[in-house]
Amino acid sequence: MDLYEHQARELFEEHGISVPRAEVTDSPKEAREIARRLGGRVVVKAQVKTGGRGKAGGVRLAADPAAAELTARQILGMDIKGHTVGRAMLAQPVDIENEFYVSYVLDRAAGRFLAIASAEGGMEIEEVAATRPEAVARIPVDPAEGVTSARAAEIADAAGLPPQAVDVLVRLWQVLVREDALLVEVNPLVRTKEGRILALDGKVALDDNARFRQARWGADDTGHDDPLEAAAAAKGLNYVKLDGEVGIIGNGAGLVMSTLDVVAGCGARPANFLDIGGGAGAQVMADGLSVILSDPAVKSVFVNVFGGITACDAVADGIVQALETVRLTKPLVVRLDGNNAARGRAVLDEHAHPLVQQVTTMDGAAARAAELATTA
Amino acid sequence: MAIYLTKESTVLVQGMTGGEGMKHTRRMLTAGTNVVGGVNPRKAGRTVDFDVPQCLKGLGGAPRAVPVFGSVADGMRATGADVTVVFVPPAFAKAAVVEAADAGIGLAVVITEGIPVHDSVAFTAYAEAKGTRIVGPNCPGLITPGQSNAGIIPADITKPGRIGLVSKSGTLTYQLMYELRDIGFSTCVGIGGDPVVGTTHIDCLAAFQDDPDTELIVLIGEIGGDAEERAAAYIREHVTKPVVGYIAGFTAPEGKTMGHAGAIVSGSSGTAAAKKEALEAVGVSVGSTPTETAKLVLARLEGR
Repeated sequence: MDLYEHQARELFEEHGISVPRAEVTDSPKEAREIARRLGGRVVVKAQVKTGGRGKAGGVRLAADPAAAELTARQILGMDIKGHTVGRAMLAQPVDIENEFYVSYVLDRAAGRFLAIASAEGGMEIEEVAATRPEAVARIPVDPAEGVTSARAAEIADAAGLPPQAVDVLVRLWQVLVREDALLVEVNPLVRTKEGRILALDGKVALDDNARFRQARWGADDTGHDDPLEAAAAAKGLNYVKLDGEVGIIGNGAGLVMSTLDVVAGCGARPANFLDIGGGAGAQVMADGLSVILSDPAVKSVFVNVFGGITACDAVADGIVQALETVRLTKPLVVRLDGNNAARGRAVLDEHAHPLVQQVTTMDGAAARAAELATTA
Repeated sequence: MAIYLTKESTVLVQGMTGGEGMKHTRRMLTAGTNVVGGVNPRKAGRTVDFDVPQCLKGLGGAPRAVPVFGSVADGMRATGADVTVVFVPPAFAKAAVVEAADAGIGLAVVITEGIPVHDSVAFTAYAEAKGTRIVGPNCPGLITPGQSNAGIIPADITKPGRIGLVSKSGTLTYQLMYELRDIGFSTCVGIGGDPVVGTTHIDCLAAFQDDPDTELIVLIGEIGGDAEERAAAYIREHVTKPVVGYIAGFTAPEGKTMGHAGAIVSGSSGTAAAKKEALEAVGVSVGSTPTETAKLVLARLEGR
């Protein structure tokens, strides 16, 4: 889960990294009060989990509290790349002398976290990395040792950062480890004209797998803007809404992704990703079908199950039971293959639901579901 | 021969007495796996009876009383076990793997799903230093059909043969194992789909290249990271056996962005198209569906 900038700022501050004074609000009137508290002149920053908000007009300077209220009114509710701005952060402006870049990020290939640092921070760090890689230091971190002062000094030295950045690097590592983050990034880390080092903007991505021991960033933000996704999440389903007309149910993330590809290859668009897992029982099948059938864009549904640990006859029983509780309104194409495939197919044949048809191969079934969706 | 797992392998199960552990230990025994013990400090000294179908006696399966040991070290001392399969819950998985590595076990197969990445980073590094190979986490394990099954892969959908398979995805592995059941497999390794895994595509490619029983290698990948691109570079330099690939996720929604830093590290977009292109550039035939992939395997084997 990605955090908002103001949440990242709060974490940095808690771990002793200096940040500009700032407050968050969802109300223009309160923005005026905040600006007054912060000394009048403030930067108003849209809180959205996407990049490019500066270019989109989501970061603006306000000269006084009245201007802060006006600016907050303009920014709140703005749409930035499909994200609606719900809150704005107001921060004291800073006189910048230099801008740096520091982050810790997971290097999947090495299976280690990597420190990335550069004396050339700011908006264009990706371009710096691409055009002048020598200006960006990349140093792997030994997980047993972590980032000690000595290690941090090495990173700062390699990147050409000032000595005061060493302490920030150590504390930023503590943020990463204590919060179970997959990414912590400060961009820019600035040196002010008065010589202070401040984290001006930051990004933190937390590991969803660690929620059981990181209760703090809980249920207030599940990240489901889409009502179907929210409904599916409430039923514990692994569902992602897509912009198509063929509803998809399958078991196993890889097989479902593959199913989306095969349907797309047949000239139709998948309406969703839904992985019901290895068990593929009646309840999860019913829950999945009801979510998919409530999507008005869906014209046909493709159930693609490989019977492994749970054999096909058990899966077919599950489908039959699900159809007793869910009223089928769209054609359903079922492909069952794997253990006890013949018995599973016989169960569905016997049930003989008028809207259910079986195709024995995955490619053939995808073609059938695509045809039903595009001619419907 | 095979890779990593043979009929000589002796297997412990950490978390055997839990629900998943019991279910899959029985399945492993049924597939002929020589399961010699479970590990649970609170149930040490007991035995668990498994009712294994009689028809598989010839493969080493039979009704079996499996002893429970208090630690991996105790289990290894008593039985000489060289493989452990880990089913313990996410919160305890790191301690379980560290314990197995400290005991000096050769192979730890971590089935557990949902382990925090910081824990995986820590235990894969630790195990590497101790000389323990990790398969997983969040994986279906590995199977050498007709010999041994360490994990949750269904053993009864295929048979022994000459294809080696390495995959990030469980059900896609099963699909290909089933489609190619008439030819059969030397070993199938589900390396897991987590961002950090112990055994990589490249490790398996190297092992299959050296395995005389493997004639052809199937490599299954999916979007995210750059493991497939790295595998392609490895194939160009080191693999002379034919490789057939499949990549899932051409139409999958983009995963969450990892900020600037993610793109800088991987140096690759991580898209399915980029992976397919990288593999095809080094002579790997890449199927557009699992079934087409199986057909490509048949064509490559007939062409030899």
